[in-house]
Amino acid sequence: MKLSQSLCASIAALALAGSVAAADQSIIVQSTTSTANSGLYDYLLPLFQDKTDIQVNVVAVGTGQAIKNAQNCDGDVLLVHAKASELDFVEAGYGTARTDLMYNDFVIVGPEADPAAVGGTTDAQAAFAKIAASGALFASRGDESGTHKKEKSLWAESGVDPSAASGQWYRETGSGMGATLNAGIGMGAYVMTDRATWISFGNKQDYKIQVEGDDDLFNQYGVIPVNPAKCPSVHVDAAKKFTDWLISDEGQSAIAAFEVGNQQLFFPNAPKN
Amino acid sequence: MSSLGTIAFTPNAIPQAAAPNLMPLRVRDLGLSFEGEAVLSGVNLDLGPHGCTAIMGPNGAGKSLLLKLLHGLISPTTGEINWGGQTAAAAMARQALVFQKPVLLRRSVAANIDFVLRAKGRPRSLCNALLDHVGLAQKARQPARLLSGGEAQRLALARALATEPDVLFLDEATASLDPASILSIETIVRDACARGVRVICVTHDIGQARRLADDVVFLQGGRIAEHSAARDFFSAPQTTAARDYLNGRLVL
Amino acid sequence: MQSIADAFTLALQLVLSGNADLFEIVALSLRVSLTATFLACLCGLPLGAFMAISRFPGRGILLVLMNALMGLPPVVVGLLVYLHLSRSGPLGFLGLLYTPTAMIIAQTILIAPIIAALSRQVLEDLHMEYAEQFRSLCLNQWQTVTALLWDARYSLLTVGLAGFGRAVAEVGAVIIVGGNIDHLTRVMTTAIALETSKGDLALALALGLLLLTIALGVNAAVQSLRMSARRQAYV
Repeated sequence: MKLSQSLCASIAALALAGSVAAADQSIIVQSTTSTANSGLYDYLLPLFQDKTDIQVNVVAVGTGQAIKNAQNCDGDVLLVHAKASELDFVEAGYGTARTDLMYNDFVIVGPEADPAAVGGTTDAQAAFAKIAASGALFASRGDESGTHKKEKSLWAESGVDPSAASGQWYRETGSGMGATLNAGIGMGAYVMTDRATWISFGNKQDYKIQVEGDDDLFNQYGVIPVNPAKCPSVHVDAAKKFTDWLISDEGQSAIAAFEVGNQQLFFPNAPKN
Repeated sequence: MSSLGTIAFTPNAIPQAAAPNLMPLRVRDLGLSFEGEAVLSGVNLDLGPHGCTAIMGPNGAGKSLLLKLLHGLISPTTGEINWGGQTAAAAMARQALVFQKPVLLRRSVAANIDFVLRAKGRPRSLCNALLDHVGLAQKARQPARLLSGGEAQRLALARALATEPDVLFLDEATASLDPASILSIETIVRDACARGVRVICVTHDIGQARRLADDVVFLQGGRIAEHSAARDFFSAPQTTAARDYLNGRLVL
Repeated sequence: MQSIADAFTLALQLVLSGNADLFEIVALSLRVSLTATFLACLCGLPLGAFMAISRFPGRGILLVLMNALMGLPPVVVGLLVYLHLSRSGPLGFLGLLYTPTAMIIAQTILIAPIIAALSRQVLEDLHMEYAEQFRSLCLNQWQTVTALLWDARYSLLTVGLAGFGRAVAEVGAVIIVGGNIDHLTRVMTTAIALETSKGDLALALALGLLLLTIALGVNAAVQSLRMSARRQAYV
């Protein structure tokens, strides 16, 4: 018993030492995966950290989990892409204010052979209906992420209830974007993904974008500082500095300047003050 | 081995077990059963304060069990054991037992002795003298488990002596050793006995019993068939069983 | 198949390039998992030893429980630790979530049952051999336990290795409580998961090969220690 007591004591000591050292100069961003996986933060954060001595730590998880983590006060800033959930988050008092940050769009990728013959379609709902009718495989995130929520709303608008075919042609991976792409490509299924993840994805094989250009495939990212009234532990000032920088002219042009393979991945659209 | 009479660890440093206060041993109506089957029964035994007692008898007679009962390693089903007023369990701390197959720690020879000295709260400086006494001083740093059979048993004996026992039990301690090893063990045991340690040994070696024992307890079928002075036992055994045993005839 | 060939080349290139980021990730992996193994041994070995030498009512149930906990899913451990260390959890005030300390805690909890259960088996076997001699020497429990632990030290190294192997290879717990934050909590396994999700399978596999090599190195070191112990008949 003595051992476990001293163990607890040493853990606590370690913890205190660690938390003191971390001080006020670091914040945690609960982020969606697309921004992290595409390398956006690797590009942005050094620019921001050159100007301030705030250390920005990014935890990249699905939008659903990012919001939950932020509700548990385990983040200082939330950066996700599911507007309705983001507004609920602010409404419930967890965030101070939501600001549009940037956008890109979703695309539907599929194998070269295109078994549902949706290639070139610009109508997302029609493409979904065709996929369902053809019985071609479709791999869904199935994880309540921003992408998954968007996909579900498109299914609803196309008049198909894919959940009835779950496990048959409709395959819910319950994983992140990258894992779902890997799985979908492995089984020859169509996948809906954000363009940023797709462009920077390394395992494309014979896949290409089959459906794009529908206004309904618009993908808006928002940024929300976590509310200190709900979470007294948040680093308010540092979080505000980071958010302000992202939506400043400087931050916005940095976002616009980020490219992978000569393609711009995110398009800044924060409101000008 | 010539300095056996004057061992360094006896004088001054530790009080000698001059008057063994665990003796006399009084055993009354001792019985042991496993699942209703009696392996020892009606054992009555009185042992005086000095000397060496040999427990003999054919295989399965219950010799080792009797030894373990006396030492307190197992509890009897019936009867009582009285070591100068103490129970076997209480007396155990002042006794030592050397097993037929020595159980040596996975350490050096010296560390095996040191372990017991520390456990018993005795001066660790005694280690060298003890090793010297059993002729293992040269091997102090060697791994104990690489010793030969005879060396291993001498180490086990040194470890038993390190506890400074009032009573020393030997359970067929020389059963699988060569004659030279047997003699060196016997020399150490005889010396301990001479210094007042009460020795009780189980042995099949009639020659050894003749050389060491002052009296012999002869067990047969879980009972004491005969208990007499060694001289009498070997010259004129009183029971047919003992006679047959000494003649090398099978006794069941 | 292409990826596998690529992975070998890439792994070699990564190592030869002396990439600082890679070194940081490897160092953190080792620091977290070795510390967790050490702490798990600190609690697991005495528990295993106690279970090996004592008999009490309910011991059988406890043994079954201990053995079952060896199969504890890392994700479950990660979640449990997350719920405690989350700022909204009971230990949130410590500010430990998303730190290497949190990862150490999670891995310690994950492998302590493995250390306890395996060491219990090793020590119980040794105790079978020593028990009668120890009772004859009237050793108390503390003396018995310490003697068993010391004499089984080389066998227990293997037990420690089993724990370390599980810790260094798991991703479920550390990714939840560590968050896979670059330059802070990114370890080999979370980096592999990340590269896989980016579709960079060759890099993921290359990192996996490195992890395997490190595990191989640690095992070889322990094995050579055991070999020399065996020559001394200490095993």
